[in-house]
Amino acid sequence: MTRGRSLTERAPFLAAVPMLLILAVPLVALAGASSPGDLAAGARNPLFGPALWLSTRTTLVSLAVVVLAGTPLAWWMASRPGRRSRIVESLVDLPIVVPPAVMGIALLEAFGRNGLFGPALSSLGLHIPFTTAAVVAAQIVVSAPFYIQASATAFRRVDEDLLIVARTLGHSRSSAFFRVAVPLALPGMVAGAALCWARALGEFGATLLFAGNLPGTTQTMPLAIYTALESDARVAVALSLVLVGASAFLLFPLRTVPALIVRRFGTGNPGGGRPVRGIAGP
Amino acid sequence: MDRISPALERLHPRTTEPVQWRVRIEASAGDFRLDAEIEGDAAPVVVIGPNGSGKTTLLRVVAGAYRPHAGRIRIGDRVLFDSERGIRIAPEERRVGYVPQGYGLFPHLTALDNVAFGMAAGTERRPRPERRRVAAELLAEVGCAHLAQRYPATLSGGEKQRVALARALLPRPEMLLLDEPLAAMDVAARRGLRAYLARHLAQRTRPAIVVTHDPRDVCALGSPVVCVLEEGRVVQSGPREHLAAQPATDFVAEFFAVDQCPVRVGEPPTRRGPCTSS
Repeated sequence: MTRGRSLTERAPFLAAVPMLLILAVPLVALAGASSPGDLAAGARNPLFGPALWLSTRTTLVSLAVVVLAGTPLAWWMASRPGRRSRIVESLVDLPIVVPPAVMGIALLEAFGRNGLFGPALSSLGLHIPFTTAAVVAAQIVVSAPFYIQASATAFRRVDEDLLIVARTLGHSRSSAFFRVAVPLALPGMVAGAALCWARALGEFGATLLFAGNLPGTTQTMPLAIYTALESDARVAVALSLVLVGASAFLLFPLRTVPALIVRRFGTGNPGGGRPVRGIAGP
Repeated sequence: MDRISPALERLHPRTTEPVQWRVRIEASAGDFRLDAEIEGDAAPVVVIGPNGSGKTTLLRVVAGAYRPHAGRIRIGDRVLFDSERGIRIAPEERRVGYVPQGYGLFPHLTALDNVAFGMAAGTERRPRPERRRVAAELLAEVGCAHLAQRYPATLSGGEKQRVALARALLPRPEMLLLDEPLAAMDVAARRGLRAYLARHLAQRTRPAIVVTHDPRDVCALGSPVVCVLEEGRVVQSGPREHLAAQPATDFVAEFFAVDQCPVRVGEPPTRRGPCTSS
């Protein structure tokens, strides 16, 4: 029935096209810029392997730290609807709006040699800046807000009555949390974790300033792209395509896991916490 | 279900001594203040009141979810809360069954696992095969054996109510708290369930607090005591007939003005059926 449509009927779609193009064109161009031979050459470049391995290791560690430490914070934020939790919430959001380079400087000011905790760490023989630990720290700081906000939103949608019922059925606070709140918030938590991981994988600014660009130690994929661009653009493109692939892979659970869970438990529970999407969800 | 559940009887032999209970609480949440005193015995007490009068808060305080700043809650000879003596029993140790508005079934668990949930942790913890067996027996007793593997989203209002009731009864609570047990279902389903609930509560020897906004529930439950909550305070309590005859407030007068029990002569042929009193 599209043939007979007037221009006014098509206007919403036509108005949406420019943004769609702005988002799609660079990625299409990237995919078209490289032949399989170039890709293979890029993958054999000495920058490639160590950067991929470092990025994989550090993002997994930072994700684990964020989930372990961020879940209690998200739960606390969700279960205390007061002024204090709103202040905390704004603090948690801050790293999203503060430029990553600024976060890098802030990390140096905190843990650098002359930073707030620098002398104390030095006396313990610990030196964080320009080490792999610094890479992880930078990733945690910039990516954690995405997980925490998504989880807090998911926890907030868990019906308070369900937790009360669980308690009256003999379950302790922690048992109610793990058996009721977490399963119901899981779609939102998974979506948040995927988003957090993607953000950590792409982290550049804070890492460059706080951890530097040392191959094998602190040179993650985005930094390797930056370095490769100066010598061999093919390597940069190959690295970029790997990152695009990884991001697409992370987008997959972000979109499908919540939908799968919705399908399994059905929708429209009056008393139930409905499956939740993270802040990235529609 | 005209007899007390054999499945539960084996788990917790029933005691028959009369139970007296008393709730006296002062609690506040924001601007809202709840200052109420209610008592009763094994017969259900019905709490009515306008929206926002504190009915649900009252149930949650008794369940232990909210902490009152003063007062005392006693069921039988067990003190659940006493601000003066510093007693505050945790919700999981109160032995109180709570069925919230909308029934509060866990959407991620099947009907069977919802019922078995009360034996998945705490002092009543049983191995999974055993708790599933007991839950299946209990589901059969409320006429829902065929729903065992269904998720709550696929159940009707009436089915949810029965599953939720079975779940609340599994740990053998000393008091049942029912919040608008009939609100979430259509008129036809209500009639049957009102009778079912009334029969169930009548055969129990354990007390219950039933919150409702529907006068027909009050007469169906055959409760001797109706307690009226307005703006967090008990404005009147007593037998239904007494409240209907001498309403203390406009709300009480209006509430019983549409009293459907007993069926009146000249009642318009509405969807409302006659009250099925026990």
